[in-house]
Amino acid sequence: MSIPRGGVTAVMGPSGTGKTTLLRLITGQVRADSGAIEVAGQNLRTLRRAELYVLRRRMGMLFQNGALLTDLTVFDNVAYPIREHTDLPERLVRQLVLTKLQAVGLRGAAYLMPSELSGGMSRRVALARAIVMDPEILIYDEPFVGLDPISMGVILRLIRRLNDTLGLTSIVVSHDVEEISTVADNVFLLSGGKVVAKGTPQELRSYPSEIVRQFVGGLADGPVPFHYPAPDYFSELLATGEDS
Amino acid sequence: MKELWHRASDSLIGLGAEVRFLLRLIILVPGALLRFDLIMAQIWNAGALSLVIIMLSGLFVGMVLGLQGFQLLQRFGSEEALGTAAAIGLVKELGPVITALLFAGRAGTALASELGLMRATDQLSAMEMMAVDPIKRVVVPRFLGGVIAMPLLAAIFSVIGIYGAQLIGVQIMGIDSGSFWSQMRAGVGLSDITEGIAKSAVFGVACSLIAVYEGYYAMATAAGVGRATTRTVVTSAVVILFLDYLLTAAFL
Repeated sequence: MSIPRGGVTAVMGPSGTGKTTLLRLITGQVRADSGAIEVAGQNLRTLRRAELYVLRRRMGMLFQNGALLTDLTVFDNVAYPIREHTDLPERLVRQLVLTKLQAVGLRGAAYLMPSELSGGMSRRVALARAIVMDPEILIYDEPFVGLDPISMGVILRLIRRLNDTLGLTSIVVSHDVEEISTVADNVFLLSGGKVVAKGTPQELRSYPSEIVRQFVGGLADGPVPFHYPAPDYFSELLATGEDS
Repeated sequence: MKELWHRASDSLIGLGAEVRFLLRLIILVPGALLRFDLIMAQIWNAGALSLVIIMLSGLFVGMVLGLQGFQLLQRFGSEEALGTAAAIGLVKELGPVITALLFAGRAGTALASELGLMRATDQLSAMEMMAVDPIKRVVVPRFLGGVIAMPLLAAIFSVIGIYGAQLIGVQIMGIDSGSFWSQMRAGVGLSDITEGIAKSAVFGVACSLIAVYEGYYAMATAAGVGRATTRTVVTSAVVILFLDYLLTAAFL
């Protein structure tokens, strides 16, 4: 599996197939037991902690619920990475933060606390925070979960626009087939921990595979069964309490 | 028997992990001292916000000591010794121990649940992804805040407690004020105060360590955070009383 530079790559798949684990591997939050993961030419398995932290400055990540620091204002949240990693004068920090907040449309919310934001807004603030250090790679973990259609549309537009204007490489983990098809350049479909299909969203629609058809079409039964593995239905119903 | 052995070895492994965590914190302390603003905020959180409960409890404990001590000493006709008795009891024993127990209940649980919630809401992972070490920026300042605040709180507790004993003994029971204070000054030595300070410092390290350890390694669920909070109080209480025994024996 290799993710091309400069595009929006979607990683899709049924729940529990290891999408989030893949993200954690790419970002070095967990280490692989075997195999190799290279990010920007560096093998994550052999990287030391300090080197990993240097590499992470070139990545941004948007967590499922934003993961804003709840004791800081929106402004301070976005300013946090700058203040931690640089000695820029406060005037410059202010300008950087405000331009990033403007990019996600929340300059007016700069002095709210995270608890005052809606789900979609906190994700946009988190997005501003993720791009404030001008990363090369931006990673989205399930960015659409629990959002209303308007917020979802906003996030979708931002994914595409930020990718193109900032020259990023974006990786989006999601299972919203329709939504992601509108922004992704490439799609990887995972199932059972393996890549079962890859290609453009259009190619995936006509992919000659049962699992792909089930996933893209949203079919209830197929290679991923509707029923969790269980003993025979009738014999279990007829069995007396003691036997089972 | 086998299960007992398993439990014993489990708790030994837990203790080992906790000691390793402590060493990791200690290594990061010099770096964290550069950001004293973060530590100040935590001293405020753990210390200043615990002041009311510590002062109130100190006053009542002192007043109870005053009553009980007066009753007892009256039998031997030596009520004036109340000052010495209360001061030694508070400075060496009750001050550090009760403050530590209250500290675990007030500040320790707050620390553990705060860190646990930060874990549950991915805030700690988000910091890691911003290439910021959460142990350095979040855990160590909280740990140090507790370590610094605890002896100060114990000292305040003892002082207020002595005032409470005085309130009962001198103001109500009518012991002579001069002999109350002069006997206390003659009876309490530097070694008593050193013992109290040493105890409260050790308890401060233990309570803060347990709280940040439980919080930092809490399971990222609502139940996990609740469990971390409970364990903080229970473990702290047992550890405080156990350490108190060891330290008392050592100072004899």
